[in-house]
Amino acid sequence: MGKKTGKQTFQFANPPTIIATGTVAGPFEGRGPLAEEIDVLLGDLHNGENSFEQAERSMLVQACRLALDHAGRGSAEVDLFLAGDLLNQIISSSFTAATLAIPYLGIYGACSTVAESLTLASMILDGGFAGAILVATSSHNATAERQYRYPTEYGGQRRPYQQWTVTGAAAALLGYTGQGPRITAATVGKVVDMGCKDPLNLGAAMAPAAAETIACHFQDTGWDPDSFDLILTGDLGEIGFKLCRDELTEKNIHLGENFSDCGLFIYDREKQDVHAGASGCAAAGLVTFGRLYRRFQKGELSRVLLVATGALHSPTSFLQGENIPCIAHAVRIEA
Amino acid sequence: MNWRIYLFAFLVGGGICFLCQLILDLTKLTLGHLLTGLTVLGGILGGLGLYDPLIKLAGGGATMPIISFGNSLAKGAIAEAEKTGVLGVLTGMFELTSTGITAAIIFSFLMALVTRPKG
Amino acid sequence: MPAKKTTPKQAAYQKKVKKYEPKPKALHNAVFAFLSGGTICLLGQALTDFFGAVMGLPPEKAANPAVATMIFFGALLTALGLFDRIARFAGAGVAVPVTGFANSMVSAALEFREEGLILGVGAKLFSLAGSVITFGVVTAFIVGLIHAIFPGG
Repeated sequence: MGKKTGKQTFQFANPPTIIATGTVAGPFEGRGPLAEEIDVLLGDLHNGENSFEQAERSMLVQACRLALDHAGRGSAEVDLFLAGDLLNQIISSSFTAATLAIPYLGIYGACSTVAESLTLASMILDGGFAGAILVATSSHNATAERQYRYPTEYGGQRRPYQQWTVTGAAAALLGYTGQGPRITAATVGKVVDMGCKDPLNLGAAMAPAAAETIACHFQDTGWDPDSFDLILTGDLGEIGFKLCRDELTEKNIHLGENFSDCGLFIYDREKQDVHAGASGCAAAGLVTFGRLYRRFQKGELSRVLLVATGALHSPTSFLQGENIPCIAHAVRIEA
Repeated sequence: MNWRIYLFAFLVGGGICFLCQLILDLTKLTLGHLLTGLTVLGGILGGLGLYDPLIKLAGGGATMPIISFGNSLAKGAIAEAEKTGVLGVLTGMFELTSTGITAAIIFSFLMALVTRPKG
Repeated sequence: MPAKKTTPKQAAYQKKVKKYEPKPKALHNAVFAFLSGGTICLLGQALTDFFGAVMGLPPEKAANPAVATMIFFGALLTALGLFDRIARFAGAGVAVPVTGFANSMVSAALEFREEGLILGVGAKLFSLAGSVITFGVVTAFIVGLIHAIFPGG
């Protein structure tokens, strides 16, 4: 059992490679600074479908097909499909799995899904149970708004600390062929509850979970902040990111310029009026499989710690007065 | 034409919205909490007969905000109650507010038939 | 009901969250609410006078068609996808007048249209406006009952 190090970290003896990725994003994201690093930008939020839920699903299918095409594989050559999203009963993922017809394991980690799926896929590959695994996640602004908040046309004002749910889908094919960055270690987080109840400020709720997981990764592996080109939290947004840095400072971990948050890259926060930044499964998904993957390919990055964060509440648990439980999983990606 | 009522409509209506915006921004109350609270307030003011003088003064400034809905519910119930007793509370409830509720239902239904959310 | 009590660690963190949360530009927003709300009420008054003159109604009766017309405007702007954009700036200025009541119903109707006319539009129409009607009716019921028991009181 040499693969587990420390309390919560797993090191892969045979690190799997990210063979190819596929990314799709909505029109609003297309006007942001990440646009160039995304494969397909949609012309409208409906993407030619009747409902926003169907639109989200169509993006996820498209992202998966792009990843397969880029790898030159057919879906029959993939052993497993691991996916998750924000909608009740993860319908976007399950309906996508039905279309792709690949053996499927649905997962739920809210916005931490990208790290959760990379961790699980790496474990399965390293364990020798599969040769190629497709991982994917998606979120859609209108479907998330309706499920967690109000109808899309409702005229409520947004709070200055609120984040904007990303419309997008991201997929990656993992295996042992081809060139690409490799997943070398993963730290699985514990659920953290710091007493946050405000579902409009999820960044603040998730920040302590991110800090815990980052601290745990350093402790378990003996690596330090300077070992990485980039340490990237998932979708904390501006307020959550500041809080996370603060929490880490209290743990005597001082992160420098190489520390950032996926939620801060997707929009032009001045011009696009998105307040604290981006959130949603696709935030970390698009940044990881769009931007990071490309920069690894160009040789601009060699070691990244991705710490995707998720708020695990439901509209029901929030209305019943429960706190928002949060989680963060870290994966170490190396060239 | 009475220009003073226009001045007061603007000032009173605007003033109500001004205060409501402050409540929204300075507390954690949602719009749903606020609008519900305003309707209850309207019902109480209507029961005490205090809202009608404001309508006389400010016209649209008092009839457009949702407080007026609570006031009309109460006034309808009271008017019938005074005529026919306890049963009047039930029969008179929607007497004055029927226009608003009916219009809102019909327009919502029609809009849902012809369009879909833009996102 | 919250299952657990707040621990000191949680309380300390909550304090920190408060410190980091940016405050809304309350006065700026309130001025916008004042101007937009005032304008809507002014328009409402103009409509009241218009219906009063055209239909020969006294002011308290003429307010009814005026309210219905404002509801129509609120509904139309919502259906065109403009209401939420205006509300971003106007806030309470468009939400507190009946236009906001119309928006809460039309936005729900549009959102749930895909779930059918019966179980979607029909059932979810009052998902937001329902609390206003419920609490309004309960208040008016108590008020009415008091008047029925103590007439002229």
